[in-house]
Order: sequence, then C-alpha cells, then structure tokens
Amino acid sequence: MRVGLFVPCYVDALYPEAGVATYKLLKHYGLDVEYPERQTCCGQPMANAGFQDKSMKVIESFDELFKDYDYIVAPSASCAAYVKVYYPKILKGKHECVSSGKIMDIVEFLHDVLKVKEVPGKFPHPVSVHNSCHGVRELNLSSPSECNVKPFNKIIDLLQLVDGITIHEPERKDECCGFGGMFSIEEPAVSTRMGEEKIRRHIATGAEYVTGPDSSCLMHMAGIAKKEKMPIKFIHVVQILAAGL
Amino acid sequence: MSTIHSKRAARFVADAEKTSWHDATFWSVREKRDKMAQQLPEWEDLREHASQIKKHTITHLADYLEQFSDSLESRGVKVHWAKDAAEFNETVLSILQSHGVTKMVKSKSMLTEECEMNPYLEQHGIDVVETDLGERIIQLLHQKPSHIVMPAIHLKREEVGRMFEEKGISKEKGNYDPTYLTHCARLHLRDQFMQAGAGMTGCNFGVAATGDCVVCTNEGNADMTTSMPKLHIVAMGIEKLVPDYKSLAVFQRLLCRSATGQPTTAFTSHFRQARPGGEMHVVLVDNGRSDMLADTEHWQTLKCMRCGACINTCPVYRRSGGYSYTYFIPGPVGVNLGMLRDPRKYSDNVSACTLCLSCDNVCPSKVGPGSQIYVWRQSLEKLGKADKLKKAMSAGMEYLFDRPAIYTTALKFAPLANYVPDCLTNIGNINAWGIGHAMPEFAKKSFHELWKEGKVK
Repeated sequence: MRVGLFVPCYVDALYPEAGVATYKLLKHYGLDVEYPERQTCCGQPMANAGFQDKSMKVIESFDELFKDYDYIVAPSASCAAYVKVYYPKILKGKHECVSSGKIMDIVEFLHDVLKVKEVPGKFPHPVSVHNSCHGVRELNLSSPSECNVKPFNKIIDLLQLVDGITIHEPERKDECCGFGGMFSIEEPAVSTRMGEEKIRRHIATGAEYVTGPDSSCLMHMAGIAKKEKMPIKFIHVVQILAAGL
Repeated sequence: MSTIHSKRAARFVADAEKTSWHDATFWSVREKRDKMAQQLPEWEDLREHASQIKKHTITHLADYLEQFSDSLESRGVKVHWAKDAAEFNETVLSILQSHGVTKMVKSKSMLTEECEMNPYLEQHGIDVVETDLGERIIQLLHQKPSHIVMPAIHLKREEVGRMFEEKGISKEKGNYDPTYLTHCARLHLRDQFMQAGAGMTGCNFGVAATGDCVVCTNEGNADMTTSMPKLHIVAMGIEKLVPDYKSLAVFQRLLCRSATGQPTTAFTSHFRQARPGGEMHVVLVDNGRSDMLADTEHWQTLKCMRCGACINTCPVYRRSGGYSYTYFIPGPVGVNLGMLRDPRKYSDNVSACTLCLSCDNVCPSKVGPGSQIYVWRQSLEKLGKADKLKKAMSAGMEYLFDRPAIYTTALKFAPLANYVPDCLTNIGNINAWGIGHAMPEFAKKSFHELWKEGKVK
C-alpha cells in the first residue's frame, strides 16, 4: 500500500511535530510512505474566505501530485474534508477528481483502513477531546450531536488504546470553537468569545491537555489561552498516538 | 474591513453577562430539540422525506398552486395572487377597505414582516394589532422581532412589565410576575379581538389536494383571530404548499420538534372555508420566490419552513443576537434569505458564519444553510462586496501556494516573525488576530526543511 503524506501548509510551518508523528506512526504500521515535496496547501483558506478562484491552481496541482497513491493521509481533518467534499464539486466539468476518493484524515485512516488494535503511545495524562466541526460533520469522525444516529467516536476509540490516558469530553461536545479560518479575523469579537467558552469547558473536565485532529482549532484556542493565561495545554491527537516512537 | 454584523456583534459581546444569558437561552432550545429528535427512531428518515417532498412540490409548483386554489375556490374562498410586496399590501388594503374595516387583528406571519405590511396599512388608517404575545410586545415597543419563532426573546420580563404599566395594560405597579403579565395581555387582547373587523393569519402549510390552510400556534391566537371577526385573510408565500395530508403529516412531526422542542404545537388549525356569514380570502405571494426557484445555486433555500432550528443552534447567532444582522431574519437561514432578497444590500451578514455546519444537521428539510453560505461567499467579489484585507491575504496565499519553491523559502524565514513582540502586532485594525489571540510561533524548522534534511525518520 502506497501512502502519500499530506502535511497542510500551517501544520508544515507551525506544527511540524504533528507531521513527523504522522509519518512515524504510518511507518510503525509498516507502510510505504512518501512525502511529495511540491505540496503546499489544499486551497481551503482562500475558498472559505470567498476566493475559491484563487484556489483553483493549487487544487489542480494537488489532484495531480497525489494521483498515484492508494491513500492520501493528512493530520488535519478540516483540510482532508475540504479535499474530500469540495474538490469534486469544484473540478466538476473539468476532469474527474482523483484525490477526493483517496484522502483521509489520519484518525479515519487508522480507524477504518488499518483498523489498528494497538498504538505505541503512552500518555499518562487526562485529556479533553476536541471534536472539530469538519471532523464531525464532514468526515464523520464522531456522531454529530444534532443527529439521531448510533453514538460513536473514532478519536476516542483510538485514544483508548493509549497506555495511561484518561479521556474526557467537554460539555457541548461538538460545538464550534470559533476559529472558522478568516472568520477569526473578520469577526474577532465573537470568535474570541466562542474560543474562551470552549476552552473553559475543556478545562472544566479536569484535563491537562486538549487534543483533537485539527491543529487549526488548537491554534485558535492556544492563542486565546496564552493571551488570557488559561491553564491548559494543546496537543494533536496523532502526537499522543505516536508518543512512544 | 469589518462588516456591519461584525461591528454590531462586537457591541453585543461587550456585555458578557447578557451574551451568556442569550447563548444559554437558545442552547436550551437546541437541547430540547435534540431530545425530541432522539425520541423518534425515524428522525433522519423524516428529514430526508421532508426534503424530497419540498423538492418535489416546488419543482411542480404551478400544478400544485392551481390544485390548491381550485379547491379553495370550489368552497367559495377568494384567492388572490400577488407578484411582490407592493401588490400584496395593496391587495390586503383593498379587501379591508371594501369591507370598511379600520382595525385588523393578526396572528404571527413572517411574510407580512417581509412585505412590511403593518406600516403600509397603518399609513392608510388601518389599526393592525398583533395577537401573538411576543409580537404584540415588540409592536407596542416599536421594535422588530429578534428571532422568527421567539420574537421578543431578547426582552426581560421587567422591561415588558414597565411597558405594560405605561400603556395601562397592567394595573399593579411593580408586578412583573410572568403569569400576571400574561393575564393582563389576555384581557387587553380580548378587547382587540372583539373590536376588530378582520383577522389575518399566516399559513405554515397549504395542502394542495384539499385546499387547507394549516396554521400552527401555541397561544390559540390564530383561532381567536378567525373566530371573532367575520372576515379572514390568509397571507402565504407560494412555497408553503405540500401535496396532501400524508406529506403534511411528515412536516407536522418535524416543525415543532425542530422549532421549540415540543412534540407539536398546542393548536394546529386547518382553515378551509369561511364560517357561515363570513368571508375568507387567501393571498398567495411570490415576492421573489420564483426567482429563487430559478437560481441553480440557491433554490434549496425555498425548502425552508421557518422553524428557526438553524438560528438556535448557530454559535454565532447565540453570541451576537438577532439585531446584529441587517436582514429581518437572523441566523443561517436569514443570511441566505437576505442574499436572495438583495445581495448588495444584505451582504454584511455573510461574515456571520464559521462554517461549522451544525445548521445543516438540524435543518428538518435539509436546506443546508451553512453550505449555502460558503457558496454565497464566492459571489461577494463579483458583487463588489469582498473584504479587501481577506482578498489581499488570499492573493498572498495564492501566490505562495502556487509556487512550491518560493513557499519553501518563505517557510525558512518565517520563524523570524517569532521575534516580533506581541505589543507591536496587537493593533486591532491591522492585526485582528491579535485582538483575542497571542501570535502563534513558527516552528524553528518546517516539516519541509526537516524532510529535506532527512530528519523525518
């Protein structure tokens, strides 16, 4: 199985450790992992802001760059969701979209494809799980609280394999943290207010860390927590799963 | 760079306590809705059914409208057609004038808000009295609804009590007990019902096969509105039709559970014909609905039944309030309806969305209001309404992301930004991120660099 590793732009620049952990974990399971170096971004930041046309070229090159892999795996639910849900609509009428059928968030990939029963990670800390919007509502990483479906949570399924960990979920387990890409700069007051509330609910669980599949939400909350000196740390879920490597 | 919504929202959020109360109030409605949805094993099937029925009906609208009006006319109901708000208002006025009516009671209707009917009729000497308690309260306060289902939700009972005292509706000074105030309102409205020459209702559903106008209320005010005056006028948008009783049953199960978290409204009344000695008129209003139907990107919005579930779940609405929006319907569906009404005028609301898509999941007829906002954002530039800063940032990103070599070099130098102290970047106008956040730190080496150096193993 050939896996193409996609490390989205902001993970690349700000949180390379999440990319490294993803790579190590995939290798740990004996996979053939490649990192196509000409990758940059999935195009979501511009498109969500209303400039999908400025994402066209990067979408085309992404689809081309990753076309020969069996799977494309990324440590970022929102970026994976963008490729999966939006690419086919955007490329419709131009050519067939290849990458949308192959892209997976790392949580989804470990849970649904590899169906892992062990993880190397040891993490003797209480964590609060951040069920990020696009992970929940576009990738089905967990059952959305709005829907009448059988409850499940793939993030928690994986974290339960980690030695020593205590897992919590905040009240309002999948309410938005208020990041929303450029929403955070266009509507800073509401964005910050949402982030503060979300952090407080995570802290109320007694967790030391907030963990989730999206570094973007974590970045937003970490920025607020740092500014307001709130006592909680943030870590990508893949770093916990790979903690022993 | 800020939109009107974002400026008003900042003012709303500045009152932290009120924001908490507003958020908690609507979150509890969302929780009640969730409980109802969980109790029906067939909930998700019902939503899909509702979506399909609406899609079918609005794509066969001409046929169903004819069936509906024929059925009504066969029982002597007078059916009128209005192409826009002006025609609607004129039609209503001429019905009232031809009957010599000077006072009309009415139950809740968002269509009359949309057409700004009340001020029009008042200018022509008609006293229009809202009879839904929330609507009556804001009418007496000369305010607009802040929510489509709970129009006076932003008011505290003390504010209502003081106004009732001023208007002589309440006699006991300082008694702000809700039961007492409701009793006062009941007596006050009873007089209005007795004096009115006409009663107007909205219409939640029009049943094409039988010509029923179905009105759902919790206060029974629609029934009072139609039982006292002899003249009944129904105001309805042409998208309100469902084919038959079977399809009505699907919506009846969804509407109130989604709207308020009750299994059903207290009163569900079917109006089919005038009572003996009375007259019934139905005014069917287009006012842009045919254009919505022809809009290949946004026709889904016509499936909306105005339950307000998307508003209640919207994390941005809950923390910015109904008056932060420039269109009279707030929240996700209001953003969409405003854009369909006049995209240049109402584009300020498009910023009020994180694209969390919770609204898509609660919507009982699967309008997908959140997904639709993404699509509206793509049209802002063409409309000349794109945000300049966001555009510049997107152009910058486009430049970098389309040039992998330059992108990699830029990442190499990015950590230098870590040495810029927060105090220099915390200027709201230039760096909105700094308003609520500390700056994120660039990694000393990006993943790209670590990879190139063979350090990813």
